[in-house]
Amino acid sequence: MSNKIVIALYVLPALLLIMAVVYVPIVLTGYYGLNEWNGIGAMTFIGLDNYKELLTDSKFWTSAWHSLLLALFSGLSLILYLVVAMVLASRIKGANLFRKIYLIPMLLSSVAIAQLWIKIYHPTNGILNSLLESIGIANPPAWLAESNLVLYALFIPILWQYAGFYILIYYAALKNIPASLEEAAKIDGASAFQIAWKIKLPLVMEVIKVTIVLAVVGSLKYFDLIYVMTGGGPNGSSEVMASYMYSEAFKSYDFGYASAIGFFLLIICLVVTWIIRKLTATKDTIQYS
Amino acid sequence: MTSGSAAQLQGGTKGSGSGIARKLGFSLLYIVLIAVAIFQLFPLVWLLFFSLKNNQEIFNLPPLSLPTSPRWENYAKVWESGNIDVYFFNSVWITIAATALTIILGSLVTFAITRMKWKGSSFVLGLFMVAMMIPVHSTLIPLFSMFSKANLIDNPLSLIISYVAFNMPITIMIMLGFYYALPKEVEEAAVIDGCSVNRMFFSIVLPMTSSVLATTGIINIIYNWNEFIFVNTFISSDSFKTLTVGVQNFIGQYTTDWGSIGATLMISILPILIAFLFLSDRIVEGIAAGSVKG
Repeated sequence: MSNKIVIALYVLPALLLIMAVVYVPIVLTGYYGLNEWNGIGAMTFIGLDNYKELLTDSKFWTSAWHSLLLALFSGLSLILYLVVAMVLASRIKGANLFRKIYLIPMLLSSVAIAQLWIKIYHPTNGILNSLLESIGIANPPAWLAESNLVLYALFIPILWQYAGFYILIYYAALKNIPASLEEAAKIDGASAFQIAWKIKLPLVMEVIKVTIVLAVVGSLKYFDLIYVMTGGGPNGSSEVMASYMYSEAFKSYDFGYASAIGFFLLIICLVVTWIIRKLTATKDTIQYS
Repeated sequence: MTSGSAAQLQGGTKGSGSGIARKLGFSLLYIVLIAVAIFQLFPLVWLLFFSLKNNQEIFNLPPLSLPTSPRWENYAKVWESGNIDVYFFNSVWITIAATALTIILGSLVTFAITRMKWKGSSFVLGLFMVAMMIPVHSTLIPLFSMFSKANLIDNPLSLIISYVAFNMPITIMIMLGFYYALPKEVEEAAVIDGCSVNRMFFSIVLPMTSSVLATTGIINIIYNWNEFIFVNTFISSDSFKTLTVGVQNFIGQYTTDWGSIGATLMISILPILIAFLFLSDRIVEGIAAGSVKG
């Protein structure tokens, strides 16, 4: 067998698969977005009408705003994770056990997490309100049913799910810093906090950038947990871009419009990735010697 | 945002120094870590407790009271009458099939890219890597219509195809690092001995990569076991649903029976928890290696 045939046999199955399942669909999404289509019947080409409608669709922009808020919360929560990871990495006994415990929620399906937290937030029998009542707070809110609270309530399980993941990444990065650097700084009289701030933080900056991209882009396409916990409700107050797309497609059967949303989501994710990379790239110029 | 995080770090941690303060600070650190651990475990402990109680015990006793007479019948009930057994075995075989296919196809590609010279190999690798950035949701509607046309809607094959394709990039990415670090001497000797490429791959390289096969296998298993949106979109018959969607349906029908819901959730997460108990180091390694996937 010639090498060319071997290479084709080795590469083509996987390559054709991702072409058919990933690349062809994103082109099709863009194309469907130019059509009026209910998913079953014939498509009618309508040019950019769907995209124009998108620009003035307040429901869509509300959902985009919610996605953005979640992205912002996720970005900010990285600070918390980094602090915990710094603590863990500072020669704590049992650090390995701690980081494993932290990781457990990350291993569970979003559906299980969502169902568990629905029960936690249950207005009368949930553990949260039971605890609140037991410390004397009468009539605690029905978290997932309050339109001004629901997005924050949804963010707690997200925090719970991903904390261990980011702590794990930061911990690994911090453990990679040679101990000699810390020793040298200590001899020079640096405090633990100066070491964390001036030596460790700059050295893990690369990893921090990656996690910012992960957290922000991950939040922009957040779906499972919200779909199960609230379905975007009450009254659209927890609708995010992906859940809005899903309900336009599989509830309203407006596949053309939903495809336009899907294509927009793709563009946003790629652009945001690019912007964050650009924004954070400039900080590379700091030198540590 | 990064500078903000740095500022907070410094602001929150300035001003400690002498020995006693240090020791105090150290125990404070432990308190923080333990608090986080409690936050992470507490919901699951509560879940375990209420999965072993009946409604009357759940609603009338304090939420953290031990299930003094554990009601294992909750588990037996949902396993048999809630169709959970069917969902469970669907999850098992679909997860295993998709994972096996992914790591085999991924190994083949990684081998061809790292061990053979050919035009376009870096372009092909680029295609795999860029695919990692594509949100699943943006492909969902075309995939749905493609699978409909191919008569694969409500067929587990649609799930397996999608899982393999979407987990392929991260699998290849993890394998690449391993293959690059793998010494080539053994393979070179095999070539000199006149060993064919196929034999070399299957009987020499593949066994040598068993540790990366395990790492990628584990993260594939976790992703596939927990996958929701494809099952929810492509599968409509109860007989093909996996646990994530099955659990969702079951709970939709029995919203008021907390014990059964708890038992269902426990059944759906137990395999992963048990695996974690025995393979935690390997899983931690896999999650860290696969961290670029969101």
